[in-house]
Amino acid sequence: MERNVSYVEAIREATDQEMERDESVIEFGLDVDDPKAIQGTTRGLVEKYGPERVFCTPLSEDAMTGVAIGMSLAGLRPIHVHIRMDFLMLAMNQLINVAAKGRYMYGGQVHVPIVVRSMIGKSWGQGAQHSQGLYSFFMHVPGLKVVAPTTPYDAKGCLIQAIRDDNPVMYVEHRLLHFKKGPVPEQPYTVPAGKARITAKGSDVTLVGISYMQLECLRAQRYLADVGIQAEVIDPIWLSPLDIDTIVESVRKTGRLCAVDNGWTTCGASAEIITCVTERLQGVHEVHVRRMGFAPVTCPPTPVLEDLFYPNARTIAAAAYDLVNGGADGWLPEEREDLREIEFKGPF
Amino acid sequence: MYDKLYRSLYRIRRIEEEIARIYPTDEIKSPIHLSIGQEAISVGVCEALRSDDVVFGTYRSHSYYLAKGGDLKKMIAELYGKATGCAKGKGGSMHLVDVEHGVMGASAVVGTTIANAVGYAYALKFQDKDSIVVSFFGDGGVDEGVFHESLNFAALKRLPIIFVCENNFYAIHTHQARRQRNTNIWERARAYGMLAERIEDGDTLHIHERVSAAVQALRAGQPGPFFFECLTYRWKEHVGPNEDYHLGYRTREEAEPWMKNDQVKRIGGMLETEQRQRIEQEVEAEIQEAFAFAEESPFPNASELYTDVFKES
Repeated sequence: MERNVSYVEAIREATDQEMERDESVIEFGLDVDDPKAIQGTTRGLVEKYGPERVFCTPLSEDAMTGVAIGMSLAGLRPIHVHIRMDFLMLAMNQLINVAAKGRYMYGGQVHVPIVVRSMIGKSWGQGAQHSQGLYSFFMHVPGLKVVAPTTPYDAKGCLIQAIRDDNPVMYVEHRLLHFKKGPVPEQPYTVPAGKARITAKGSDVTLVGISYMQLECLRAQRYLADVGIQAEVIDPIWLSPLDIDTIVESVRKTGRLCAVDNGWTTCGASAEIITCVTERLQGVHEVHVRRMGFAPVTCPPTPVLEDLFYPNARTIAAAAYDLVNGGADGWLPEEREDLREIEFKGPF
Repeated sequence: MYDKLYRSLYRIRRIEEEIARIYPTDEIKSPIHLSIGQEAISVGVCEALRSDDVVFGTYRSHSYYLAKGGDLKKMIAELYGKATGCAKGKGGSMHLVDVEHGVMGASAVVGTTIANAVGYAYALKFQDKDSIVVSFFGDGGVDEGVFHESLNFAALKRLPIIFVCENNFYAIHTHQARRQRNTNIWERARAYGMLAERIEDGDTLHIHERVSAAVQALRAGQPGPFFFECLTYRWKEHVGPNEDYHLGYRTREEAEPWMKNDQVKRIGGMLETEQRQRIEQEVEAEIQEAFAFAEESPFPNASELYTDVFKES
C-alpha cells in the first residue's frame, strides 16, 4: 500500500535508517539536537544514537566543515546540517579547497565522504541572507556532487545515495518543500546520482525546474495546457553530475527550452543547462531558449517586492507561451485557485 | 635515542639542501617552502609518536613529512611532478601526503588543516582507538579564524590531539608583532581550556621530552588537547631556495643566535664520530637514490588528468 509522508519525515527516516545500518554515519550542526530538531528532520535521533553521533556544534561553520572532512578521512561518514544555505559562505574554504580537492591533490590516497545539508528559505520575509540558492557555486568546482531534491521520494532516496557516496555531496533542501507530502517507500532505497526525471510529458516546450521551481513549472504546465500548449517538465534532481542527456532528448523533440532556477541566472544552473543543450544541438536542431530565475537584485523581505523577485507558475507559463509562439504578446494566465498549491503524486 | 634524532635531523637538513641546490635547474616543478632551521620541532614531536599516529600540517611540509616516516622517494618524485610521486604529480610540495605512514596532508591555505586534524581526533576518540593526532601550523595560522574555532571545539570535546605551533615570527615577510597585539600564543590556547606551554629554546631534546609526556598522558586516557608553542626561526626565504636578508624585513643579526643553536650540529655532537659518520653516509646514499629515482621516473600519462576527481563506489 502506498504510504504518504512529508519531505521532513523522508529526510528523518533516511537518516535514521542509514545511521542504523552504518555506525560510521554521524550527524551534527547548529541545533540538530534541540527541541525543534531542524524542522523535525533530526527528531529522535539523539535519543536513539546518543550524543556522540548526533550533536549540536559551536557556531563555527568554517572549522566544523573542516572537522567533518577530518572525520571522513578517519573513516566516518558525517552529515553536517545548516539551517540556511547562506551560512555555507563561512565554510567555503573547507568545501572548495579541501573537500572538493582532497582526492585529486592527494593523488587518490584519500576520499572525503561527507554530506552537507543546507536549506533555502522563501517568504515570511526571509530577505537578503535567508533566501539564497547558491548551489551553482558548488556546481562550478570539480570534486563536489550537488543534489536538490524536490519530492519526498527523492528527498529520501537522494539522501541515502549521498550518505553512501564516497565523495562530498552538497544536499540542498528548500524550506517550502519541507512539509509537502508524497509517496515514500518505507524500505531504504537510493535515487542514483546524475539521473533526471521527466515529471510531465509534452511536445511543445521543455521546462526544467530546479528545487522549488520544479513545483512552479508543474503548475505552469497546467496553465499552458489550458491554452493548448503541451509542456514537458523535467526535474534534474542532481545538478552535479547533471543529466544533460535527458534534457537534450526532450529539447530535440520540443525545440524550446525554458530553464527555471531557484537562484540567479548569471553563471547559474540555468545558464549551464542551456549552454550544454545548445552545444549539443546547435547545427543539428533549431533551439529557442530562455533562462528564468531570481531578479538580479538582493531578495527583499516585503511581500510586494518579494513576489516580483521570484519566477512563478504564471510568469513561467507566459515565458513558455512566448517561446512557443515566437514573440512577446503579453499573455499572462489568470490565476487559478486550484493551482496555488499542488500535491506530489509522482511519477517516480 | 640521540642517533635516531640525529638521523632524522641530518636527513631532513640534507634533503632540503639538496632540493635547494637542484632548484635552479628547474627540474623541480613545484614551489618549495624550506624548513631549514626549523627541523627540531618536526623531529622532536614525531619521534614521540607511533606509526599509527597521524599528523596534519602546512605547506612547509617536507620536514614533518620526513620526520613522521613519509616515503622519501615518493616525496622527491612528487616535487619533480612524476607519476611515482606520493600524489602522482597532482599535489606538489605543498600537499605532501602519505596515508600509510600517518601523514594526512597539507594545505596551501594557512590554518586550514587545523580543523581537519581536530575532526580526525574526534573520529579516533569515537572509534575508541588509542592513536593520537598532531596538528602542525605556524604563527600565521593563529591569525585565522579557523584556529580559534578548532581549538574551542577540540577543548569542548576533550580530543586526543596535540597542537604544535611552529612560531618562526614571520608570516611571509610580516612579523608577528605587526599582526598580533598579544604575541603569547600559548596563553590564548590555554584560555580555550587546554594545557598549553611555550618552548623557547628550540632544543630538540626539550621539545621531545615535553611532547612525549603529553603523548603518554593521552595514551593513558587523560583528556586532551595539549598545546605547544615552539619558538623557531626560518633560515631561508618564505618560498624558494635562497636567503632573503637583503630584503630588509629582517636582519641576519636576528637570525644568528638561532644559527648558533643549530640542532643538527648540536645533536650530532652528542654522537661518537664513527657513529655520526655512518649515519651521514647512509643518509647521503639514500638521498642520492631518491633523486635518481625521481629523475628516472616517468611523467604521468595524459589520461591521469581526469582520474581521482571522484572515488567510484
